[in-house]
Amino acid sequence: MLKTLSPRITALSLNCIALLSLMGLSGCTSMGIEPWVKPYERQNLADPIMRLNRHPSASMHMAHVLEGRESARGAEGTGGGGCGCN
Amino acid sequence: MAVTNLINKSVKLFAVLLVSMTCLSAQAAVLDPDRADVLYHSYEGGGMTIDGPSVLLRKKTSESVAFTAYYYLDSISSASVDVISTASAYTEKRNEGQLGVEYLHDKTLMSFNLRQSDEDDYLAQSFSINVSQDTFGDLTNLSLGLSYGDNEIRRNGDDQFEEQSEQYRIRAGINQVLTRNLTASFNVEAIADSGYLNNPYRTVRYIDNSVPSGVAYQAEVYPETRNSFAAKFSASYFLPYRAALFFHYRHFTDSWEITASDVELGYRHPLGDSIELEFKVRYYQQSQAEFYSDLFPYRDAQNYLARDKELSDFSDITYGIGITYQLPASVSFGDTRSEASLQWDYIDFQYNNFRDPTADGGVGNEPFYGFSANVIRAFVSVYF
Repeated sequence: MLKTLSPRITALSLNCIALLSLMGLSGCTSMGIEPWVKPYERQNLADPIMRLNRHPSASMHMAHVLEGRESARGAEGTGGGGCGCN
Repeated sequence: MAVTNLINKSVKLFAVLLVSMTCLSAQAAVLDPDRADVLYHSYEGGGMTIDGPSVLLRKKTSESVAFTAYYYLDSISSASVDVISTASAYTEKRNEGQLGVEYLHDKTLMSFNLRQSDEDDYLAQSFSINVSQDTFGDLTNLSLGLSYGDNEIRRNGDDQFEEQSEQYRIRAGINQVLTRNLTASFNVEAIADSGYLNNPYRTVRYIDNSVPSGVAYQAEVYPETRNSFAAKFSASYFLPYRAALFFHYRHFTDSWEITASDVELGYRHPLGDSIELEFKVRYYQQSQAEFYSDLFPYRDAQNYLARDKELSDFSDITYGIGITYQLPASVSFGDTRSEASLQWDYIDFQYNNFRDPTADGGVGNEPFYGFSANVIRAFVSVYF
């Protein structure tokens, strides 16, 4: 009656990420690609106003509020752990 | 079986990447600074009032090890539409605690986190492991994580009732510096739930012409497994006049046939040296679970039955504003730097096939339900 989320799709996604990760870990430099933003060019990116998780306690609270009221969950970029509630 | 295979495969994958990451040698990264946050949170909407404090403490014990402790309390007073249509309003408390440790080795950051959430009728315990690695001249950060959670579900007023559920999570992400002003990230997460996934208090309604009201209620019945997959793309852009623009898009799908997506746009703007303003707007929409119905035609109409509004077809929109003020040195402790913040979110929920059973109109013809909520956070952050 219920469709199951295809394990193939999930496995394929994980394998793609694994492949990209291993490519990244082995170093793009081996493929002739050099890092194009030098360390001394990153002062804007290092500015505190660019931090996605600038206020971690507040982010965790908002994630908890939404997880209890919406069906979507996951991929927030944080550890997660479920609503823990009825 | 498929879930077991997936988890086995994922654990092997995780091990291979962990070894690959730790074999790399590179210049050392640094841990985030020590901080303490004390926060008051409040949620009010749809007949529910929830508030309480939370405390976050993060402390490095060396250049490579940091510990985190987190405490959170929800004081809940509920008279939501789900409750008042079939039961009485209630109050309860939920306590949550987390302990975490981070270990930094060269450019590899490993973290382990324990979490427990406890209320009268629900005990949730979980742990998570995360590994991230800076690579490619620090333009790229790769991350992987696993979590396992075990839940005990009880029902107040029924000592015989005790059920369990389990949850496995596996996630991966990549964060990439694209230009000197732009970064982007892509995260995916697969979640497998099994066991008792119902809310033990909630019921579905069905047509029953043998009673004067024309409607009767029976307990919900959910499937005992749920597999879901989410993918999220984010981007952050530094604007030329020193402000930041944020974009998020997430797509979600699960084995209950719910498809959801949300999109968020945020903007952070400093005023002088001591004030930061934040604005955001977020839109979310989802389709209903395959076994959801607002009104079933008769009792036991199908194998699985649900009338949770969270499983219906609905959308919500959030408008948020925040202000952070860097406190002057005269009111900070010693050499520390302190900030005070206030954030307010307004959320408007509109349901497309969940009707308000307390409204007039006759069974099955009531207006669709909708409500709005105000979410407030006031907190102080101390960096030391």
